[in-house]
Amino acid sequence: MLGVAYFRNLNFNSAVLEKKLSELKPGEAGVIQNFSDEEIKLKLMEMGCIPGETVLMERVAPLGDPMAIKVAGYQLSLRKNEAETVWVSTL
Amino acid sequence: MSEVVLKVALVGNPNSGKSTLFNVLTGLNQKVANFPGVTVEKHVGYFSLRNAFEGVDYKVELTDLPGIYSLYPKTLDEQIPYKVLTDPQDPSFPDRIIVIADASNLKRSLFLCSQIIDLKIPVVLVLNMMDLAVHKGLLPDVKKLEQALGIKVIPAIVRQKTGIEEIKKAVLHTIPLPENDIMPATSLAPELIQEIKHSFPVKSDYAAYLLAGNYDKVDISFVGNDGKQKLDTLLQQHQFGQKAMQATETLERYKTISVLLKSCVSEPASVRKSLTRTVDNLVTHRIWGYGIFLAILFVIFQFIFNVAQFPMDFIDGTFADFSQKVSELLPKGVLNDLIVNGILAGLGGIIIFVPQIALLFLFITILEDTGYMARVSFIMDKLLRPFGLNGRSVIPLMSGVACAVPAILATRTIQSWKERIVTIMVTPLMSCSARLPVYTLLISLVIPRYYVFGFINSQGLVMMLMYLIGFVAAIFSAWLFKMFVKAKQRDFFIMELPVYRLPRWKNIFFVIFDKVKIFLFDAGKIIIAISIVLWFLSSRGPGKEYAEIEKLYEAKAELPETTQDELNQLQAQKLEHSYAGWTGKIIEPAIRPLGFDWKLGIALVTSFAAREVFVGTMSTIYSVGSNSENLTIREKMMTEKRPDGTPLYTLAVGISLMLFYAFAMQCMSTLAVVKRETGTWKWPIIQFVYMSALAWVSSFAAFQLLS
Repeated sequence: MLGVAYFRNLNFNSAVLEKKLSELKPGEAGVIQNFSDEEIKLKLMEMGCIPGETVLMERVAPLGDPMAIKVAGYQLSLRKNEAETVWVSTL
Repeated sequence: MSEVVLKVALVGNPNSGKSTLFNVLTGLNQKVANFPGVTVEKHVGYFSLRNAFEGVDYKVELTDLPGIYSLYPKTLDEQIPYKVLTDPQDPSFPDRIIVIADASNLKRSLFLCSQIIDLKIPVVLVLNMMDLAVHKGLLPDVKKLEQALGIKVIPAIVRQKTGIEEIKKAVLHTIPLPENDIMPATSLAPELIQEIKHSFPVKSDYAAYLLAGNYDKVDISFVGNDGKQKLDTLLQQHQFGQKAMQATETLERYKTISVLLKSCVSEPASVRKSLTRTVDNLVTHRIWGYGIFLAILFVIFQFIFNVAQFPMDFIDGTFADFSQKVSELLPKGVLNDLIVNGILAGLGGIIIFVPQIALLFLFITILEDTGYMARVSFIMDKLLRPFGLNGRSVIPLMSGVACAVPAILATRTIQSWKERIVTIMVTPLMSCSARLPVYTLLISLVIPRYYVFGFINSQGLVMMLMYLIGFVAAIFSAWLFKMFVKAKQRDFFIMELPVYRLPRWKNIFFVIFDKVKIFLFDAGKIIIAISIVLWFLSSRGPGKEYAEIEKLYEAKAELPETTQDELNQLQAQKLEHSYAGWTGKIIEPAIRPLGFDWKLGIALVTSFAAREVFVGTMSTIYSVGSNSENLTIREKMMTEKRPDGTPLYTLAVGISLMLFYAFAMQCMSTLAVVKRETGTWKWPIIQFVYMSALAWVSSFAAFQLLS
């Protein structure tokens, strides 16, 4: 997984960086690229988190977990380990 | 003129205003039952409609289905709507469907709505919360939406009751079904869908497609075992991967909806600073967030302990008077005794808790309805997770302070099976309202009253400690269970944090009514049954001795010069020689190491009806009569001596007894509910054993250390 991230981050042709949704800082936005977990992917997609959708890291709970994101006009909370399976691109 | 029954299903996302619409449409004309074979509550309501043109009166049977995000069921609550909507033989299979959508959150709502339209059952779409949508700068074009979806669309603000008449009218005059699918399922699996349609009575392409995706998860009546095998083969033949196809469909559907929405909804011009964000900054703050939650808990407990006392005293008094009257009115004899001391005593012991339970659920429901409870789950999840619990365990644990029975039912919102079981197993350790009278009596007996630091009442402090001990025991037991309970499926904590809104009092009223009903009927019938059994055990005895005392008692009771004191003493002797007294003596060896004698043994046995029966039993054992105040029981118990002349109720015995009541599983109603919710006797038996063991060991340790 780390290796994949490394190569993705080596994409010099554009300023687009891929990182995990869990790595977004509060207030930071990203565009969903893909998922590394099949079941979480299905659950999140039906809630409106589809590739191409912009998500905004709204807040992180006091103990660093879970986190709340803004997607498709509403607030969604998910655990950190769930957010780690979502890859987003940031500008 | 005939009346035609029209079955209508109400479907929507959670937090879309579904229950509000249900209550507005049906008013008080509704009932709660269970869906057949499962413990998911089924809300059915009725209203009448008249089609003047046809001259037909319709009786609409409206079923409120649990909130869902899609037609792909994962939890039990999601399986129900799926089955109702796709199984034509289901008793609730609808003639019409009302889909309710949050207009300010259209994309996600339309995802579900488009799935339902493709089922080809007549659909009416209600765009709820139009005011919120306008406030957000979203203006859905209703006419264009109607054209794009091919169904009737009604803008509404259900809370303000606007659009209700239009909804009713639309249910009556549904327009013909759209011919094309919103997302043509045939493009995803053309041959498979044809073959399924050929072999099974499915109504539409999409229903066939869903059957392929879910036939192994939800039982549909026309499938059966042969059908399942056939579908197994078909799926293999056509290489239909359920998960991959679900992903493809979700993507395709959202793509279609995005295009559709672009033409129907104007994008918001600017994002306003929302109230929700401001409140969230406060209630999820790392200091203020927890502070606010604690303050709210404090206020709730103040209400439960102080305010609820007034109606409770009133109920207590009324019941005592009523029993007295009944006992005087009915001819003396076994029947009188059974009614007054068996049934009425049991009933009184149940109804007395209604004020506390109603009050606690009033608060919990307000907190949930406003959206605050989701934030509590959000800030508590990380704290509770190491113990095998979940952010959503907070509600059951809080409810457990009133009564474990509705609390265990409240665990249904926990998606993860493992975290739900752990929550169920430890909730009865929370100090419920039936323990309160026991603690009150024992604390006044063994804890001297003085002020700690000059202002903290020592007795109040111990009371608080007892609640804390219950909570700590619950948390640590959860941690132990976490290691032994195996997960059935993956855990998710993916949930919506709804926008804040004012509480809807009508909904809250219905929820409280429901919870009290659950308590009265589910717990109540068991408490009454046990109290009748206990009445029998304590008013009958083996051998001649009991009969002789009873004869003496009756003879004395007839004599005018007999004092109440003498009668009370005979009553106590009767109890000693009854089956209950006999049981107390049998278990004495087991409880002697805890500092208890056989009299306390009797109280432990009778507490199985409900823990507060302890107080009544003690007053009978110590022959103070049933109409005495706590004070006199207390005085009697204070003077009680062991055979060697030392006082019985020392600090050691008092603490040991309180710990026993804090931990022991002495509630048949809870065990019955756990059995029903988990489907096997395994969990209630484990619960009984571990709680009894915990009670025995801690009482033993406390008694041995303190004496």
